Amino acid sequence: MKVTRALRKLRGSIHPQYFKGLTADAPITTMPAPAKLFVSMAQHLGAPAKPIVAKGDIVVQGQCIAEAAGFISAPVHAPASGKVLEVDTAPTPAGTMAPRIIIETDPQNTETQTLPPMPEWQKQPRETLLARIAEAGIAGMGGAGFPTRVKLSPPADKPIDTLIINGAECEPYLTADHRLMVEHSAGIVNGIRIICHLLEVKHVHVAIEENKPSAIEAMQQALEQLDGVEASVCILPTEYPQGAEKQQISMTTGREVPSGGLPMDVGCVVENVGTVLAVANAILEGLPLTHRVTTVTGHIVQTPQNVLAPIGTTYADLVAFCGGLTNPAAKVISGGPMMGMAQPSLEGSTTKTSSGLVFLEERRVHVYRSLPCIGCGRCIEACPMDLIPAAISYTVEGGDYDKAEALNILDCIECGCCAFVCPASRPLVQHFKLAKPKIIVKRRQAAAAKGTA
Amino acid sequence: MSEETVPIYTVSSAPHAHSGASVRGIMLDVIIALTPAMLAATYFFGLHAIRLLLVCVIGCVATEAACRKLMGRNLAIDDLSAVVTGILLAFNLPPSLPTGYALFGCVVAIAIAKQVFGGIGYNPFNPALIARVALLVSFPAAMTRWHSPLNPDRWTSLGWIDAATTATPLDLVKTAVTSGETLPFSWDGSMAMRFFVGNMDGCIGEVSALALLLGAAYLLWRRCISWHIPGTYIATVAILAGMLRVINPSANMPLTFHLLAGGLMLGALYMATDMTTSPLTKRGQIIYGIGCGLLTMVIRRWGGYPEGVSFAILLMNAVTPLINQYTQLGVYGHKA
Ligand code: SF4
Ligand code: SF4
Repeated sequence: MKVTRALRKLRGSIHPQYFKGLTADAPITTMPAPAKLFVSMAQHLGAPAKPIVAKGDIVVQGQCIAEAAGFISAPVHAPASGKVLEVDTAPTPAGTMAPRIIIETDPQNTETQTLPPMPEWQKQPRETLLARIAEAGIAGMGGAGFPTRVKLSPPADKPIDTLIINGAECEPYLTADHRLMVEHSAGIVNGIRIICHLLEVKHVHVAIEENKPSAIEAMQQALEQLDGVEASVCILPTEYPQGAEKQQISMTTGREVPSGGLPMDVGCVVENVGTVLAVANAILEGLPLTHRVTTVTGHIVQTPQNVLAPIGTTYADLVAFCGGLTNPAAKVISGGPMMGMAQPSLEGSTTKTSSGLVFLEERRVHVYRSLPCIGCGRCIEACPMDLIPAAISYTVEGGDYDKAEALNILDCIECGCCAFVCPASRPLVQHFKLAKPKIIVKRRQAAAAKGTA
Repeated sequence: MSEETVPIYTVSSAPHAHSGASVRGIMLDVIIALTPAMLAATYFFGLHAIRLLLVCVIGCVATEAACRKLMGRNLAIDDLSAVVTGILLAFNLPPSLPTGYALFGCVVAIAIAKQVFGGIGYNPFNPALIARVALLVSFPAAMTRWHSPLNPDRWTSLGWIDAATTATPLDLVKTAVTSGETLPFSWDGSMAMRFFVGNMDGCIGEVSALALLLGAAYLLWRRCISWHIPGTYIATVAILAGMLRVINPSANMPLTFHLLAGGLMLGALYMATDMTTSPLTKRGQIIYGIGCGLLTMVIRRWGGYPEGVSFAILLMNAVTPLINQYTQLGVYGHKA
């Protein structure tokens, strides 16, 4: 099997401490359903799903409990059998409010519901397969949660020739994708086969960082089973943010996604390994997306591990399953430490995009006490988009959004490299994240004004 | 959730990790890098070097503290930047400069060149160089009284400084060239070696290229500086000096003389690389380094002063915002 190397160098990158050793060799453990599941309806990008069950209803694992609210949306299925305790509204890991279904699980009820498996999927029309992927509630499991059916239905004027499977997992601490590649390489390759068929692509790159030799080997072997397409494992240097979509496209194909554009503009579709596996399960076994692997980790977790848990498991239950904490946590992050979201409590619960739950003790929490910029230029060196964070930061602070836009703030991928390296601890990306939506709104308003004029 | 008290976690925007780099850490590295040159200064100029270093460091830190108090700024003073300014200012002074003058320099450097503009990060010009130039203009005689290094009495008394004054090598060359005389040196390997080690007349911190290079190697290794500014600066001086020598050997000193005499090493390695007053991008830094080199040689060769390093760097400080403006990078996804 062909192994390739990254075609380019990142324009900027950082080398954080990875701490992946905590869980990299820990096989995926399966967590039984906890007493209660708190299932959010906003697990994907787009409109939250609409609940179709009510308080008191008995639900069965795999049963659809909320339907997609539009094209860019995804349905939600019961992660375990039990009774609907409540349908209410609660904050998502990102802090926004969304409807949620609380299920009291019933360990006696071992019934499960699946969709009809499609062993002969090659004979099915494209539309049937895409409908199945949508019906199974699959959304990008790498973080953004973009509904997978939408991603796999590019418009006709955007020919796709390359499928990139993102197994970089460049965030520190996280090893869920690594373990999936080691333990489920055959399933992932089945998913690749299906997606290649759907997109009619002939080139596949499985992008993996160099620090995961076991995953590289497993995927290499599994790819031998893939006929008819040119597939290779592309070994990326270990540096952050190799897993960022645009960077990964440049690494594997040498192409650069134009500013404001999407991967399909350069003929690429990027899918996370977990998503690919979910696609295989949905088609071949008729399984809706009800479980996912989350890396529960940190130096203060008793037994850090990669847990396959029903979606909607609370952080408290997850960490209890891992033996609890050895020392008090000062910060709890949903996702990785570079782009993940700090959680106010352990009451929150996992979603389809919960790649990790990281517990940091006091001494690992960096407090951003900012000084003025000393002009060291390190943020510029670190920025993978070649922006000038130091300059953008001052324009944003001064409220000069036009200037910020001229400095290309909208190209910022929010990777956090700039803030990571800044010796003055300036809140760089932190400010950009606040400013970008405002600039986008302004842009839209300006465009609308032009349209009506 | 259980009924027990629910712990509250820190909630802040990503990233939740940090490299650990700090302004204080960088300043500490600079101080470490300046240590060989401080030792060299002490070795060559004895008690007077110690006196000037102490006066300038204490003077700068005290001025910084006083300014912050006066202006009601609550920024921590522990960033060590005033210590660095103090050391660099001392390095730019002749060994005999009276203590009062040195203190005047401290006030200019910190109060006027730095705090007036808003403190660390906001000063457009290198504070130590502003102070040096202010001293040169205010006290030209005291600032150009030179004494040979390695005076036998340098460890035991401060009095040796009253003895015979000399001139720096660049002074001698300037005088000779302007009056049309023949060049005052026979330049050979042993002379170059003497200069390289630091056995020459000059400001206390500029004499030893060896010590300055050692420290710069440390800063490069620690990634506090990159080669772009010092490399292009020194290379530009070397190329110009070499060309002038080839064109007219009787009126121009050799290339190595220009590299080792005067404040080039101190300027290129430690003053021009000041982060706040130099360009942000590597491309900008290259332009800036070349500019510093050009101006230095123009002043040395044709200007009214024998040495051009301070003026060259300050002039380039002035155009740094302009350089920043015109050296933005080609952003990912934008067609060049
Ligand atoms: S967060 Fe934005 S500005 Fe900062 S390094 Fe990443 S892309 Fe560049
Ligand atoms: S890393 Fe921080 S201090 Fe350095 S240039 Fe960027 S914003 Fe300024």
